[in-house]
Amino acid sequence: MSATHIQLDSQGRLLHFLTIEGLTHRHLTDILDTAESLRGVAERRVKKLPTLHGKTVVNLFFEASTRTRTTFELAAKRLSADVLNLNIATSSAVKGESLLDTLHNIEAMQCDMFVMRHSQSGAAEFMARHVKPHIAVLNAGDGCHAHPTQAMLDVFTIRRHKPDFPSLQIAIVGDILHSRVARSLIHALSILGAGNIRVIAPRTLLPAQVENLGVQVFHRLPEGLRDVDVVVMLRLQRERMEGALLPSEQEFFQQYGLTEERLALAKPDAIVMHPGPINRGVEIDSRVADGPRSVILEQVTNGIAVRMAIMSITLGHHARLTGEDA
Amino acid sequence: MRDAKSLIETMASQLRELLARQKMTEPALIGIHTGGVWVAEQLHAQLGVTTPLGRLDISFYRDDFSRIGVNPQVRPSELPFDVENRHLILIDDVLYTGRTVRAALNELFDYGRPASVLLAVLVDRGGRELPIEANVAGTHLTLSPDQHVRLTGPDPLQLLVQTLP
Repeated sequence: MSATHIQLDSQGRLLHFLTIEGLTHRHLTDILDTAESLRGVAERRVKKLPTLHGKTVVNLFFEASTRTRTTFELAAKRLSADVLNLNIATSSAVKGESLLDTLHNIEAMQCDMFVMRHSQSGAAEFMARHVKPHIAVLNAGDGCHAHPTQAMLDVFTIRRHKPDFPSLQIAIVGDILHSRVARSLIHALSILGAGNIRVIAPRTLLPAQVENLGVQVFHRLPEGLRDVDVVVMLRLQRERMEGALLPSEQEFFQQYGLTEERLALAKPDAIVMHPGPINRGVEIDSRVADGPRSVILEQVTNGIAVRMAIMSITLGHHARLTGEDA
Repeated sequence: MRDAKSLIETMASQLRELLARQKMTEPALIGIHTGGVWVAEQLHAQLGVTTPLGRLDISFYRDDFSRIGVNPQVRPSELPFDVENRHLILIDDVLYTGRTVRAALNELFDYGRPASVLLAVLVDRGGRELPIEANVAGTHLTLSPDQHVRLTGPDPLQLLVQTLP
């Protein structure tokens, strides 16, 4: 409940971007439309806009990331902001106090936005509760909770190929249990009115009461893939697994790996997505990942425009809130 | 309420003269969203320009981002030609403070280095805050700061002058 509440101001405008939960259709379409306007910047001679000139964005990564961190960095730079990258390798349990200390230290450097990834669920929300009012916090992934910018770039990519959400059948396949990507994506798709959202996974990799998210559950890949328009493959998150949730990677691939043969069960124009990094031969076959239906690299490109949109929208609302002068 | 049709015809004939005098061939027209695009579409047809029309949304170039944030109605800018070394005609509906034109020029130069840029507006209402003037104007209006002029459209295109409460 709380993360939803704290990311909006009294008039429902986005101040932080912590979770998809609790956002409206309008919030999401504003982000998608803005991202659409920003997409062309990459094709110009000067790949830069002056919008966040003079602002400082801090990438605060307590967990390893290449794609997310670099696309956030590029997004900030294309909006003319200055970027500081802090990769803080820590043990999984970071005490609230030390996080607060980090926060106050960076605040003292006069920055305007925190982009934060942390292995603990709720870490970005914790930051948002304690930052000074002029600072916007963007969640770049917190534990198994949420990865809202990834969900937005995923729905942006889907919308560019298949804009009519109510008519779409979308399958999310693999390690749903540990996936903040899946959770955020399911929320985003529901808000946008997607016709049918399916999750396909072994029982051991599904969270309890997953049906409550409004999804249809399948345990067998061939059944679940039948006639879908979009297939979203998830990375098998070995590093988050405790105990024996899986027999072996080979066995997982045999049952849940996406091959050309299985993809043939989906609609002929179905697209294949993956948030990366991909484990070739574990959840997806190389021929599919590199094949004509794959939009995996498009997702990376789109991630920049979507993150530019979210950065400019949230910082724009902060500016208005604090009555800062031009 | 005033019909914009005759004003656009005035603009077209002034532009024809100007282009001939300055020996500019193959200019490209660029309208600024939203009203400027409506005017530019009509001028594009009347002048018989072959280069496809450009459309500019200057939202990300505004100088008041830190006061008003991002315009939620922002649209993609589309310049379907190479700006480099081309004669450009920038078109807007109302010229007032000059800040929109400043933003538009900055955006244009991020696409390339044009040979020249002319400014054509439907209405010049005075009140400039920057050293910017139009080369061509459909009409000049003298309005007080509490008066607001706005183009409604796209069909019909009409000028609306309102006094703000």
